[in-house]
Amino acid sequence: MKRITAPLDQDTIDDLEAGDEVLISGTIFTMRDAAHARVVELIRTHKKLPFELANQVIYYCGPTPARPGNPIGSCGPTTSSRMDSFTPLLLEHGIKGMIGKGERSTPVKDAISKNGAVYFSAMGGLGAEYARAVKSSDVVAFPELGPEAIYRLEVDDFYAVVIDDAKGNDLYSQYHFS
Amino acid sequence: MRTITSVQIATTVAKLVVEANYYLPHDVVQALKDAAETEVDKKAKNILYKIIENHKISKKGSLPLCQDTGIAVIFVEIGSDVKIEGDIYRAINRGVEMGYRDGYLRKSVADPLSRENTGTNTPAIIHLSMTSGPNIKISLTTKGAGSENKSALKMMTPADGEEGIVNFVVETVKKAGASACPPYIVGVGIGGNMETCALLAKQSLLRGVGVYSKVKGVAKLESRMLKEINRLGIGPLGFGGNTTALSVMVETRPCHIASLPVAVCIQCHSARHKSTSI
Repeated sequence: MKRITAPLDQDTIDDLEAGDEVLISGTIFTMRDAAHARVVELIRTHKKLPFELANQVIYYCGPTPARPGNPIGSCGPTTSSRMDSFTPLLLEHGIKGMIGKGERSTPVKDAISKNGAVYFSAMGGLGAEYARAVKSSDVVAFPELGPEAIYRLEVDDFYAVVIDDAKGNDLYSQYHFS
Repeated sequence: MRTITSVQIATTVAKLVVEANYYLPHDVVQALKDAAETEVDKKAKNILYKIIENHKISKKGSLPLCQDTGIAVIFVEIGSDVKIEGDIYRAINRGVEMGYRDGYLRKSVADPLSRENTGTNTPAIIHLSMTSGPNIKISLTTKGAGSENKSALKMMTPADGEEGIVNFVVETVKKAGASACPPYIVGVGIGGNMETCALLAKQSLLRGVGVYSKVKGVAKLESRMLKEINRLGIGPLGFGGNTTALSVMVETRPCHIASLPVAVCIQCHSARHKSTSI
């Protein structure tokens, strides 16, 4: 188990290998389908982005509403492949890590190694468990999107597994089904 | 005639959606425990125990099992001796809205083109049918999109036969891969027509995990599909192992002499379903 801090520095990323289990602490940003479409549109039209993308980790997640007194509701990962068409552009603009679940497309895997980034899988369907790793959350953009808004999360020991490392290794390719 | 009011229906549905999202049904928990015992891959075994642990956190009542609290799919069987006071569709949607609001559940329903969220998790998917007796039976499954997106339907032909069906089911699971939260529960509808086979596949998920068909030939087919799926090596959450599916459930219905419609409904491990009668 490796302990790493987000945002990610290049030495940390270069040290990660497909199959490594990690505990992530620090700051990550949720972004799913609708937020991806909006951020990519802002990039294409050269508008101001809701947060500085350099070295950041995006978490593909749309949490349930927080109960009063709780930092967040259930917050497991959503399927990553739905973001594939947006991902290469975000990597070119500085995103260094993504957390989701499931396989990525070949263009995404190529963009990950080309940009020295990393893709992690969190444990799908364990939303209640992941709520325990989130210390605080606040909406940084698109509140009108509800669960699809961008939330900044402060996380502590957030468990994930490296699927695609910066050297171009892919964990899923080890398995029979891939 | 027994009168059932729309308020009774709404409050029952509200209670069902909340309970389904916080308490994993006994049949699913038992199937996960059995799989954890028999799984030989150490990592896969640990993941199965983590899934069971997640259910223990959720059942305390403050955090739903999964952040994708689904679109509510509701099957209603109305007894012929029942008189419903009010609009049953409105009553069900009112119940869904109340349950998702008061249960702190995610609202995941949007217009398909504008993608604007309806904000209430309605409209629910409602299937009404008639039966005999003085009761209404309401069965609910809250279906997440991660698994629903991997479901598939194919209009096959009689020549494809059992081999064709098995290949289609196994291929559909293979395509779901690690993305849709395995171990899966696989609902298969064979026969009827296009919309009926999809409905059969969905309805089969209410049968109960590990319960085989009462029809001997169908049960044999379920067992064969389960074995072939578990040979894929996808494993719990896609990290390898022998437990790719917990159960395959097949429902059949006669079809046209020229047809062989087949639908495969992929259900994630967080297989939330609940029934009650009024």
